[in-house]
This record gives sequence, C-alpha cells and structure tokens, in this order.
Amino acid sequence: MTFQQPDLNTSPKVSDEIRQTTCYMCACRCGINVHMKDGPDGKKQVAYIEGNRDHPVNKGVLCAKGSAGIMQVNAPSRLKKPLKRVGPRGSGEYEEISWEEAMSTAVGWLTELHETAPHKLAFFTGRDQSQSFTSFWAQHFGTPNYAAHGGFCSVNMAAAGIYTMGGAFWEFGQPDWDHTKLFMIFGVAEDHDSNPIKAGIGKIKARGAKVIGVNPVRSGYNAVADEWVGITPGTDGLFILSLVHELMKAGKIDLHYLAQYTNAAVLVDAETGLLMRDADGKQLVIDRKTGKPAPFDKKGVRPDLSATYRQAGVTHRTVMHLMAEKYLDPQYAPENVAEKTGISARKIKTIAAELARVAFDEAFELEQEWTDFRGEVHKTMTGRPVSFHAMRGISAHSNGFQTCRALHVLQILLGTVEVPGGFRFKPPYPKPVEAHPTPHGYGRPGKPLAGPHLGFPRGPEDLQINEDGSACRIDKAFTWENPMSVHGLMHMVISNAHAQDPYPIDTLFMYMANMSWNSSMNTSGVIKMLTDRNDDGGYRIPRIIYSDAYSSEMVAYADLILPDTTYLERHDCISLLDRPICEADGAADAIRWPVIEPDRDVRGFQSVLIELGARIGLPGFLKEDGTAKWKDYADYIVNHERRPGVGPLAGFRGNGDQFGRGKVNPNQLEEYIANGGFAIEHVPDNALYMKPWNQHYQDWAVGIGLYDAPQPFLFQLYVEPMRKFQRAAEGHGDIQPPDHLRDRLKEVMEPLPIWYAPLEDARVDPDELNVHALTQRPMAMYHSWGTQNAWLRQLHGENPLYLPTKLWKKHGFAEGDWARVTSAHGEITVPVAHQAALNENTVWTWNAIGKRKGAWALSEDAPEANKGFLLNHLIHELLPPKGDGLRWANSDPITGQAAWFDLRVKIAKADAPEESQPAFDPIKSPVPQGPDHLEWKVGK
Amino acid sequence: MHPAPSVIVFSTLSGLGFGLLFWLGIDPTPPTGLTAFVFFAIAYALSVGGLISSTFHLGHPERAWRALSQWRSSWLSREGVSAILALLFMGLHAISLIFLEMNATALGLIGAALSLFTVFTTSMIYAQLETVPRWKTPLTPALYLSFSLAGGALLSGLVNMAILLLVIAAIFQFIWWQRGDAALSDSGTDLGTATGLGERGTVRSMAHPHTAPNYLVREFIYVIGRKHAQKLRRIAFGLTFVLPIICLLLPFSHVLAIIAVLSHVAGVATSRWLFFAEAEHVVGLYYGMR
Amino acid sequence: MTDLPAKTDRTLGLVIDLDTCVGCHACVISCKGWNTENYGAPLSDQRPYGTEPMGTFLNRVHSYEVQPEQGSAQTVHFPKSCLHCENAPCVTVCPTGASYKRVEDGIVLVNEDHCIGCGLCAWACPYGARELDQAEGVMKKCTLCVDRIYNENLPEEDQIPSCVRTCPAGARHFGDLSDPKSDVSQLVESRGGFDLMPEMGTLPVNKYLPPRLKDSWDDQSLLAPLLEPVAEEPQGFLGWLDKALDKLPGGTA
Repeated sequence: MTFQQPDLNTSPKVSDEIRQTTCYMCACRCGINVHMKDGPDGKKQVAYIEGNRDHPVNKGVLCAKGSAGIMQVNAPSRLKKPLKRVGPRGSGEYEEISWEEAMSTAVGWLTELHETAPHKLAFFTGRDQSQSFTSFWAQHFGTPNYAAHGGFCSVNMAAAGIYTMGGAFWEFGQPDWDHTKLFMIFGVAEDHDSNPIKAGIGKIKARGAKVIGVNPVRSGYNAVADEWVGITPGTDGLFILSLVHELMKAGKIDLHYLAQYTNAAVLVDAETGLLMRDADGKQLVIDRKTGKPAPFDKKGVRPDLSATYRQAGVTHRTVMHLMAEKYLDPQYAPENVAEKTGISARKIKTIAAELARVAFDEAFELEQEWTDFRGEVHKTMTGRPVSFHAMRGISAHSNGFQTCRALHVLQILLGTVEVPGGFRFKPPYPKPVEAHPTPHGYGRPGKPLAGPHLGFPRGPEDLQINEDGSACRIDKAFTWENPMSVHGLMHMVISNAHAQDPYPIDTLFMYMANMSWNSSMNTSGVIKMLTDRNDDGGYRIPRIIYSDAYSSEMVAYADLILPDTTYLERHDCISLLDRPICEADGAADAIRWPVIEPDRDVRGFQSVLIELGARIGLPGFLKEDGTAKWKDYADYIVNHERRPGVGPLAGFRGNGDQFGRGKVNPNQLEEYIANGGFAIEHVPDNALYMKPWNQHYQDWAVGIGLYDAPQPFLFQLYVEPMRKFQRAAEGHGDIQPPDHLRDRLKEVMEPLPIWYAPLEDARVDPDELNVHALTQRPMAMYHSWGTQNAWLRQLHGENPLYLPTKLWKKHGFAEGDWARVTSAHGEITVPVAHQAALNENTVWTWNAIGKRKGAWALSEDAPEANKGFLLNHLIHELLPPKGDGLRWANSDPITGQAAWFDLRVKIAKADAPEESQPAFDPIKSPVPQGPDHLEWKVGK
Repeated sequence: MHPAPSVIVFSTLSGLGFGLLFWLGIDPTPPTGLTAFVFFAIAYALSVGGLISSTFHLGHPERAWRALSQWRSSWLSREGVSAILALLFMGLHAISLIFLEMNATALGLIGAALSLFTVFTTSMIYAQLETVPRWKTPLTPALYLSFSLAGGALLSGLVNMAILLLVIAAIFQFIWWQRGDAALSDSGTDLGTATGLGERGTVRSMAHPHTAPNYLVREFIYVIGRKHAQKLRRIAFGLTFVLPIICLLLPFSHVLAIIAVLSHVAGVATSRWLFFAEAEHVVGLYYGMR
Repeated sequence: MTDLPAKTDRTLGLVIDLDTCVGCHACVISCKGWNTENYGAPLSDQRPYGTEPMGTFLNRVHSYEVQPEQGSAQTVHFPKSCLHCENAPCVTVCPTGASYKRVEDGIVLVNEDHCIGCGLCAWACPYGARELDQAEGVMKKCTLCVDRIYNENLPEEDQIPSCVRTCPAGARHFGDLSDPKSDVSQLVESRGGFDLMPEMGTLPVNKYLPPRLKDSWDDQSLLAPLLEPVAEEPQGFLGWLDKALDKLPGGTA
C-alpha cells in the first residue's frame, strides 16, 4: 500500500486585482503591488503586499515593514474622527467632533494669526514626504517658523554634501553597485536607505567585493562587513582625517581629478582666506601651461595644484597647499589618533592602503566618450571602484557636519565621486549651493514670505536675524548659534516656545511628529512644557493642532486632532521638487493613490491643508475670483505649476508623452496608476557619470527641467561660505556674531574639514561619564511606525540595553539583570543584554520601542509600555549649563543638527524594578484597545 | 520540554492501568465476579482515563481516529492501535471473568501482551526522538516497562513481586537519571553544530527572533533549577519506591496498602513531570537555552 | 502510510547565504503575509496588541555571535525555516499521515484536514521548523510556497517562494538541489554549503552558505603592504606634487 498524497491545488487564485502604489512604511518609498480580494462585505480588501519588480527603488524586493503594511492598514490604533480636547492636556480626554467643527476651529485660530502675527504659528512636520507642499503652504501663510524633521535627523550629512559637492548619500546618490569593488559604510542606522543598500550589498558580495563597516555596533550591515571597525562614537572625523593623512603622505590622491574637477587648484587669498576671483567672479587657478592666473573653466586650462601666486607682495596659495599643511600634520598620524578612535594604527594604515590599492591599482576605463564643461572631449571615463555610504551615525554629533565634510573630502581625494565604480549622484543632484535658494524668514501679516524658508546661506548676510540681534525663527535656525541650519531645528521648537525665547508663539501645528515621546530629546521635560501653564491658567503654548493617522503619544497633548489617512488611502506625490525616488541612471518620481477607501471619518492631511489654505484666504490657494484653487491634494498634484511647465510630477506631462517639462495633463494620475505608480526618465549613456562636469548631463538636466541653465561646478574641498562666517567671527564685516559665540565660530567654521571633540565632552566629566550611549532603529521597524503593527511588534516588543563584554564583566551582569544608566541630564533603569561585537566603551539600544501606556491601542501590560524604554530621557535639548545664563543647544554649532549620539553615561547594576524607569501614568486612549487574537484572511 | 499536565496524567495513569491489566491477564487464578469487576474497573479507569486525558492536548480531538492509520511507521499510531486491541482483548477477558466466571486464558495472555506492548509503544514515542537526547535510549522503554509492571503488581496486591519490581524500577530510574544528565553534552549536538558555525569560535545567541516567547519556546524550553530538580528527584524516588516498599514490608493492612499505592502514584507523577521538565530538546540550543 | 518516499523526482529547497543576510526580517514577514492569506489556515496571532504577543511564523531569523579565539566577535543573522529533510523524522512520527513528503519535489507538507494537532512532529524536528497554530489547532510549517512555485496565475519569474522573492539582499536562493547543474547546487559546491546538525541524520535539503572569513586586518601578523610615504612634511609633499603633475597627461614634462 503506498501513501496517497492529497490532491493539492498548486495554482490557487492569487488575487482579484493588483493595485500598484508607493510604500510609506518608511522613507525608502519602494513600489508595491497591493493584491486585492473581495472581502466579506463585497468591498475590495488588501490581501497581500509584495514589491513591484519594475520599480526603480526596490526592483521587486520588499522589507519586513513593507510586507507588514497590511497590519498597518487594519491597525486598531487608527484614529477615526476629528477630536477636540475636553480634559486637561495629557489626560487623553477627547470628544469626537465633525470635520466642519474641526475645520472652522482651525480656520478661526489660524486666520487671526495670518492676518495679525503670522510668526506666532509654528508649523513643523515630522516624517513628512510632502515637504515641497507643506513648505509652500507655510510660505503662503507667512510664518518664518516652518521646517520638517531634518534638523533632528541627518541635516549634517545633507548640508555637508551640498556645500562640498552638491549632494550627499541616500536620496542624493548611491554607490555604483555594478562596478564598485570596495564599499565602506559609516554609522548607518539600519533603515537608511532601506532596500537599495541591502540589495547593493548583496550584489557586490555576490561579486566578491569587499565591505568595510565603521560602526561601534556590529549589527545589520556591519554584521556582513568583511572588516569591522568598531570605532569610538564621535571620532569618525578623526579617523577619516587620519586616512586623508596617510593617503596624502603617500601621494595616493587623484591629481588629475583634483586639478580638473575640484577647487584644490583654486587660489586662496592669503589675507582674507576667500577664494580669488577674476573680474567676472570666476574662481582663479594658475594655468600650468602659462604659469598665469586663469578662470577655472577656461577651455584647455591646466589648473596647477602646486602653484603659488605672488601679487602685491603677498603670496597666495592653492587650496591644495593649505590641505597639505593641514593634513600632513602629525596630529592626524594613525599612531596619534589610535587611542581616541579606538582603532589600531596598523588597522588605519591597512585601510588607507586598501583604499589606495583599489582606487588606483584596480582603476579601469569605461569606453564611453563624453565632453566636459570646458569643451574637452574624453574617449573614456576612468573608474575608481571605491565607494562610500554614511548616514545618521556620523551626522548626529555636534561635530557631525565637519565629519561628513571630511568623508566627502576623502572620497574626492580618491577621485571616486561621479566616476564608474565610485559614488554616483541621483538626479536632480548634483546641485551646487548656487543652485539652491537662500533662506527666507521675514514675514509680514497677511503676506507670503519672499521665498522658501529653508535654504543654503552663502555668508552672514543670509542669516535670519532681527535688527536687535534676536532670532527671526522660533527654532533659531540661521542664527550665529548654528548659521548653516538648512533643515531648521525641530527639536528646539517646543523648548524655545516654552521658554518664549526668542518670542512666545500662539499655535503649534504639527504633523506626524511624536514630539511628546520618541521624537524629542528630554521627553519628560517636553511633556511638562506642553502642559505648563501661565499664571493666568492658560497654557504656556496656547494652542496645539496635531495631525496623525494613529493614536500616538503626541495625540494626548494636542487641543485639536485632525485624523490623517493611512498610506493606502491617500494621494501623495514623491516629487522631484522634494525628496524624489531617482536612481543614478534615471530621474524618477511616484505617487500614492487610494487603493482602498477609508472606513473612518478621516482625511489626508495635505487635502486638509489645501482646504485650510483656501478658507484662511492664503494667497496662492485662491483663484483670482476668490474661490479655492484646488479641491484636494490630488488636484494640486496635477494642476500646480512651480515654474511654467514644471509641477509636482514630472511624468506624463503635456499629452502624456513629456517628462519634466510640459503643460498640465489632466489625466496625469491615471497615467501614473497605469504605469505602476511611478515615472522614470533614463539618463543617456554619455551622461551617466561625471555629471557635474558633463555637458551631456547638464543639457539633459536642463531639458527635463531639473534646472533652467547648465550649471557645471567644482567640488568645494574648501568651503568659502564657512570662511565668511569664520571671518566675521574674526571681526570682519558689518554683520557680527555676539561675543560669546566668537571663539566657537572661529574654531568650528573652518573651511577645510577638521575634527573637534563632541561639545558635551567639555561640559561633563568624561572620566565619570565614560560610556557612550547610542540608539539605532531596527531594520524591521522605523521609529514608532511599527509598534501598532501586529506582526512587526512581535519582532521587537522590548529592547534591552546592549553592553559590551568589558562592561558586562566589570559590573558582573548576568542575563535578566537591570542597570541604572545615568547621564548629565537624567537617569533610567532598564534591562540589559550582552553583545560582544560592540565597541568596548559603548552601550546601545533599539530606538522608539518603549511606549507610553494607553498609546497605540496596546494593552497597558504590553511589553513596550513596561520593559521597553527610551534613551531620550537621558538626552537634553540643551547642553549642561555652564553658568553664563545662556541656553546652549545640544546641537551641531554649524547646522543645529541634534547631537543625539554625543550622549555620555555611567552604568551601575540595579535591582530589577517592576518596569523600566522612568515610568509614566497611562494616558486615556482615544481608540479602543486592539483585539486579543487575529486570524487575518481576506479570501475564502 | 514543557511538562503538559495532560501528558503527565496520561503516562502516569495509563502506565499503571496497563500494568494492572498485564497482571490480570497472566494471572492463572484470576479473580472473578465482583472482585474481578473491581480490579478491571480500576484498570480501565486508569488506562482509559489516561488515554482520554492524552486527547486534551490535541488540536483536533475529533479527528483522533485518524491516528490509528499509520501504525506501520508511527509509534504514536501503534500506541493507539495497541491500546485499543489491549482494551478489547482484556475487555472480553473481563466479561468472561465477571459475568461468566470463566477464565479464558488465551484472551488474558493476548491482552496482557498487548497491554505491555502498549506501554512499550508509549515509551518508544519518546525513546525514538533524536531531538531529546535524554530520552533517546533503550533505558526509556526499560524505565516505562519496569514502572508499569511494578505499579501493576502493586495494584494487584502481588506483594513480593511488587517489591522485586519496585527495586528493579528504582535501579532503572537511577541509571536513567544518571545517563540523562550527560545525554545532551554526550550527544555531540550543540549550538556549534546547530548553526554550523562552531568551528569559527564560540557561538552564542544574542537575540531571539521575536522578543516574546513563541510556541517553540513554550513547548520545548522549560528551565528548571538544578537544585530544585535534585529535590524533586529525591521526593519522586521516595514516593515511588522507598515508601511503598516500606509499607509492603510492614505487616499487611489496608491502610498501608492504600498509602503504598497513593505514594507510588504521586511518585510516578513526579517522576514523569521531571521526565518532561528536565528533558532538553535540541531546538532550545537555537534559543541559547538548554 | 507516512513512510518517506524512497526517491523524489526533484529535491527542491533553499540555499541561505549567511555571508549576505543582514537580519532584516523581510523574509519573515513576507512569509507571514503570503501564508496567512494562502495555504491552509491563516497564521494566527495571540495577544497581537497585548502582553507576550505570540503568532505562528514559518520562518524566523535568529541573531548569533561567534567569538573566535583571537579578534573581534562576529554577528551572524540566521534565518531558519523547514529544511525539507530527505530523512524527515517529522513525517514518520505522524500518526495520521497528515505529514508527508511529496514524491515529485520532496517538499514536506502537512495536510491540515488530517492533522490532529498532537505536536509530535514538532517534537521530532530538531530545527524548530513546525509550529502548532494556537487558533486552528493544526501544525503549520514552511510549504516552500508550493502554492506559488507551480502557480500559473503568477508570472513565471514570481513562481518562487515569497521569502526568496522579497529578500532585499539576495541572501536566499531556491532551486533543485538534486540537479548538480542547478544554480543552487553550484552555489553549495563553490561556497562550501553545509547542513545544520548533520549528526541528526536528517539529511536536510536546505543548505547554508558560510560567512566569509572576516577581520583579516585585525591580525597583526598579516603584513599587508602599507603605503610608502612620498614625503613627511608639507614642503616635501609640494615638491612631490610638482613632479607628479608633470607626469600627468598634458603636464609640462
């Protein structure tokens, strides 16, 4: 008798329909196929989500978050109706109201501000993917107080990249995965850039290429790195400059590249430190053929890196001279940085040698003719197969801007930017500083700002400071405290508004930003600020409007809640005007569209803003006849034009056959949907590399409307705007910093990359607080977006503090133990775990796992609300006071980036408390708690 | 292994029940009439009660009949078939003894063999498992069989036989524990072989796949302190063997007999609890636990 | 009866690359999504919004550390699901015949209509590949997406297990391991693919590719050629620079 296998249908129906849209489970923005099936009620329901194979970002793959989207869309924590606070702030007591009541309340509050004191509105958005629209709204409102979350995320990386070479990593560019042979990755939180980095690492590893991981923690990408560099936090800049030292000392730098494509050969005025220019304002080099000064872009010029130029008794030297002087200094020798960085001199030297070997000995020529900006035709493109990637790990320090600068300079010295095998920009980048706006902040009642809030200051004249020296913006962006704060300082908004420094505000309006919990430094302090009252009993921050799709901790602290949709219920555009989804090979953008209809009384936030704009009467949101210009966000996406022929979406313009430029196409969204939710225009072959200097690329970019005229530029090893700020601090010019900031500005605004110790080190005793404490997000979660998700929270429902072997043994910890962790600011008591592959003086945990009881529709005994914890309680938005009565932000002094990772702590074993400390009272949930079991199946 | 009450009750009771049936089956002068009824009622209560208890841990008890189909390959299936056959033959034997007052020797012998075989199949369910080195030994059937025979002898009032078998079972129990404590380390399976990474260095579990316990953790990982286990072993040993033997050696009284039986049952249950609680499934290695 | 087939026509399975897996759990959730909606009962979750949430998952990713005698510890992310053993003990212990190994491709499956939920197959599996669904009371396990790999409603390129299709790093490979010419067999051959717990005699079909040797630069005895200085001082460097520039194409020399 043989066993009869059961009959099995191996070709079951997969779904009734596939709807293609863009994921929003994190900021990676992959294309997804949403499989729909008829549900029990006959309506189409989401049955399964997979990656879209045709999509430029993920090419079919999808991470854990993306696949778990189905649990996000059914999450019990979804808000259901607009809410009006009826109890005290923080109580969570709300009354459901109609949209009409919600809108008229908001319109009432905001209209008055718009007409009388627009700066009293602070409008800040968190994980916003519609910044070109939200900033447009704020600009028309007339408040200077707008930014998104870049200031507490990774502005150092972005700003250092733009100032140095017109772009940075992630959205700005990517390694040339097809050619690179050595990939070096620094301090990457594991989700940035979620799927492409994983795919890239897989691709190069399959080819046998080597990966170097520089990170105090060996997890994720660092786990698969062939060589792990377990660096001491905050010392990456020193390590990088030591590599620069070794490479320069050995002459292993790309002289041709430096001379032709960077300002290494540009003359620096010995008296001012500014770059020398000719009468047309062109930067000057010495032409090696003639020995005479010449503009850098003259046809046939051979810029001389080693030149000096004597004029009127003064000898001016090139940037390269200054670099040689600076970086050959023994202070950067591997032997002299080994102790601080925690990396042996031998290892630093080996890495330098390997970078040089691959960049130069494994260089190759790509047979591709191209023409440079000087008009010279090149038969080939030279490949240098070394590439880099970095994100928050190196940027979220108070020395992060200079560290990111150092990394960009290292890449440039090796000649690996925009060459085959190196780092490649994604359109619309590279965009030099000159192609970006300057900041705008001076509003007048009832009028829009003259330009966008956020821009790139060229010098002190672009600061946003009132005549009395006070800050124009509530977050003090673009002041001497952080002159180049190009993304604003969201982490300072509540603190400054509460301190009424520089002025009091009336209404705080926030979107998708969990500021009363994991998105704030000093969480307990922020909770107090949000609930603090004036003597008259009114709240110190009088009004708070908040929009979110979910019952987050922040909901309890707002007066008016505008419930947002989930990502499968809304229109969105991932626009070239904003943070697009391009690949190095093509310009691309994408949409979201409602693949399901909301089953709740909720509205997409952007559509709400459009209605608010029209009802407040903001110019720009009204037609000439005074009626609303757009009926909702979808209408705006299709019909808005930022410049003639250039709108939020580049694809399918005109009659549907134009990309980039073209008249409005009323069927544009339908065409996107038919095309899988995205549009892409490929870069021509002769424009694929050398983009900043490549005529073909420049012409192509102008053709599709990325900019209006070709704008080739030199990479700025020496950043002149920084020198302008530094020079002001030295006493030159009319716009002068306050005296207490002079010395700091002189030190940090150095136009060539430097390293200085994180600012907290000078305010605490490093011998007492001798442990560095870090957080990172798990790959399967992104901030708090995962906790309400039934599948994802099973992966990370609690978070131990990981301790290295040295500390584990020193304090005699055992599994199940708890530790008391103390910083200059606060104390937490939390569960610990052992990790051997960890820098020996560093502890870390997963970010944003800890939750407030009552939030996210979780039960009060959920592990997130009991064992889970936040490191945020240990981090203050201000540095410890130094007795001068001033509030010194815990931020990078150049960009204002929140210095999350400067944190120093001490550790002691503690008796196990009932729950992680500090513990908070539960908040009343505006939504019912989730069900106690799930058997999710849509089809039969 | 998780010491599931239903399985402990099953193996304790049915072991005793089939043991009793064995002795009833081979008794050349079996009781008849009402006495037979009492003996068989006890034996059936124990064996059938145990079997019913074992179905409590099934996800689909209503499909339990399907478990009879795979007797050629599955010890669990064989156990079911054997138990039913044993109960059938012994039932006929019982009927003839109780109602016909007739001793059908052949029925009894066949039923006795099947009863013993049923206990053997039970033990083989555990002894076959490579995944639990503590169980994977011929000593496991020896343990189950000796327990069953001793318990059955005790219940059927065969004093001398019971003493002899209790001593034998005690010896098997002692050896079984001794061997068991080294079984996992002697098996050669560790986290190194489980991950294939052992040759590179010491392998340690840094984080579980999910932060909360899953089915595998709850089913296969049961952590019991060594001291606690030692104490329970002494209790089990005393209750299963020492006290009953003392009772049996003392002049006979019904009270002592009842004490001996109850002590033995409690002792076997404790021993069976330890049988599961102390057993290390190799899946635990993947979770960094024994 | 639940005997194992003497021979299967093909031997389908996975090859998992431990050198590339970054531990992102993409495969875990993709599997959960597909198998909740497809083969048999949905993969249920107990206390999905409460304490100790516990769901059925057919694939889980462990994190291990390997501490060599010398040098840095290494982190290895380790996905694990059913290995579809050739000598599958979970099949032979099954009392009902619900567990079986397919003759055509060697996939080990559970016929949920016949499963009584006794759990013995999970006891017999050394790998923790089977989980008893707490809502449905039947044994769940990896089906190697038997409802995808032959599914004519899917495009051919998608006729692979969902974990393989979704893996961002490309650390999971699917194919016929009985065919020495298949990509998966070639990978196992060239990269030294290995079995988990070979001593159990289960003959797993799924293979694991070992992480490459790491941290060779930590080894002080390994004398990689270091960079030769051209100069120690800025002046010397500029002198070198001047000469080097002459040698560039278009230089004066």
